[in-house]
Amino acid sequence: MSSSTNPPEDTGANGAGKHGQYYSHAIPYLPLDSYPGKLIAIEGTDGVGRSTQIALLREWLEVQGYGVVETGWTRSELMAPTIDLAKSSNTLNKLTFVLLYATDFADRLEKEIIPALKAGFIVLSDRYIFTALARGGVRGVDRQWIRNLFGFAIAPHLVFYLRIDEKTLIRRVLQARGMDYWESGMDMKLGDDIYESFRAYQRALLKEYASMADEFTFRVLDARRKVDVIQDELRRQIAAFLAESAAPVPGRAD
Amino acid sequence: MEGIDGSGKTTQLALLAKWLKNAGHPVFQTEWNSSALVKAATKTGKKKNSLTPMTFSLLHATDFADRLLYNVIPPLKAGMIVLADRYTYTAFARDTARGVDRRWVRELYSFAVKPDLAVYFRVPIDVSVDRLLARRIKLKFYEAGMDMGWSSNAIESFRIFQGKVLDEYDRLVDEYGLSVVNAVGSITEQQRVFRRLVSQHLEIEHQDELIDESA
Repeated sequence: MSSSTNPPEDTGANGAGKHGQYYSHAIPYLPLDSYPGKLIAIEGTDGVGRSTQIALLREWLEVQGYGVVETGWTRSELMAPTIDLAKSSNTLNKLTFVLLYATDFADRLEKEIIPALKAGFIVLSDRYIFTALARGGVRGVDRQWIRNLFGFAIAPHLVFYLRIDEKTLIRRVLQARGMDYWESGMDMKLGDDIYESFRAYQRALLKEYASMADEFTFRVLDARRKVDVIQDELRRQIAAFLAESAAPVPGRAD
Repeated sequence: MEGIDGSGKTTQLALLAKWLKNAGHPVFQTEWNSSALVKAATKTGKKKNSLTPMTFSLLHATDFADRLLYNVIPPLKAGMIVLADRYTYTAFARDTARGVDRRWVRELYSFAVKPDLAVYFRVPIDVSVDRLLARRIKLKFYEAGMDMGWSSNAIESFRIFQGKVLDEYDRLVDEYGLSVVNAVGSITEQQRVFRRLVSQHLEIEHQDELIDESA
């Protein structure tokens, strides 16, 4: 066992992760071995239509006879109330922000994602650890530390990144629900002008995603297109993946 | 201050704080798992016994990060002596005993401030159990490691779990150079050893003079 206190530079969640396995720090009491399920993550900033696309994918997959489980960011039974409360009271700092995300993720990984994968479900994840990596990265959290922190995550079989440009992103977020404190990066004290802060934050976020798209080889989709065009592209790629991975397809109704 | 439940470290810490304050040192105390931030989640998780070794570990790390930024670093910057009732070593020992990856939990806490002095109150498991039982303390589910399912008997589970924690602490003594106090001796004797250790890091050898000056 290593007694080094300095994190090795080459561990943690990174592009070398083997699809469907722990990135680098296996949870010792939860060995994975081989399992029949598939993990598909849909990443992207706010306003790219992730939940719409996931709902359509679920429908499409279930019609084909696949069991589908959805999991969503910060929606664990354990942590959701705490995260909501902490965000509304602005008591977070950049470390606790990331650690609360990690706790929520661990809870869902152990209780939802891994059991579903072992039972043969296709898990559709609305956002994945890349959201934490991006938000932490923008806030200046040490990159190696946060990658080690999420080293216990499973590298998804597929990661789709719904990408939009800064201008479209800003308009969509404003249209959907306006700027909120955290999504404007106001905790980062980028400036007193909330709009300028919001813009600077979203721009930095897009930059983080762009660098991860290379690092983790995301499948990048242009999210400015129509919903059904994006959906067709998702289905085409997922169908090809499922066909080639020779997943044990459940019996069909037809 | 490190040590398993029933090691007497909280008693020792209180006596040390009294001594330091008497000598005119500004003291700030912080206690493991005491931040308001994760209180609700920890309570819910404990009540439902739904915490896993990983979420248990991460909740404590969140608590630690919160306290580090509000209760450790500011008083240190203000020139105070921070007395921490448990520190990162508690997580290293407990989480590893629960089956969390040893390396991962060390990396998790790599943002922590390295203490100037880390004192470990070492006590055999029998002594610890006797002390806790004598105080009629009901062993709690997670403190007794009952989440691990090793025994349905709380005392037996405590013995097994804390036995593993003690093994981890022994490893930490070498790895991080913890100062060990034999916590079987009398309270007064332990405190004498403790104060000697602390005084090596402070200029308070002449305690009586300092008290006279401030009087």
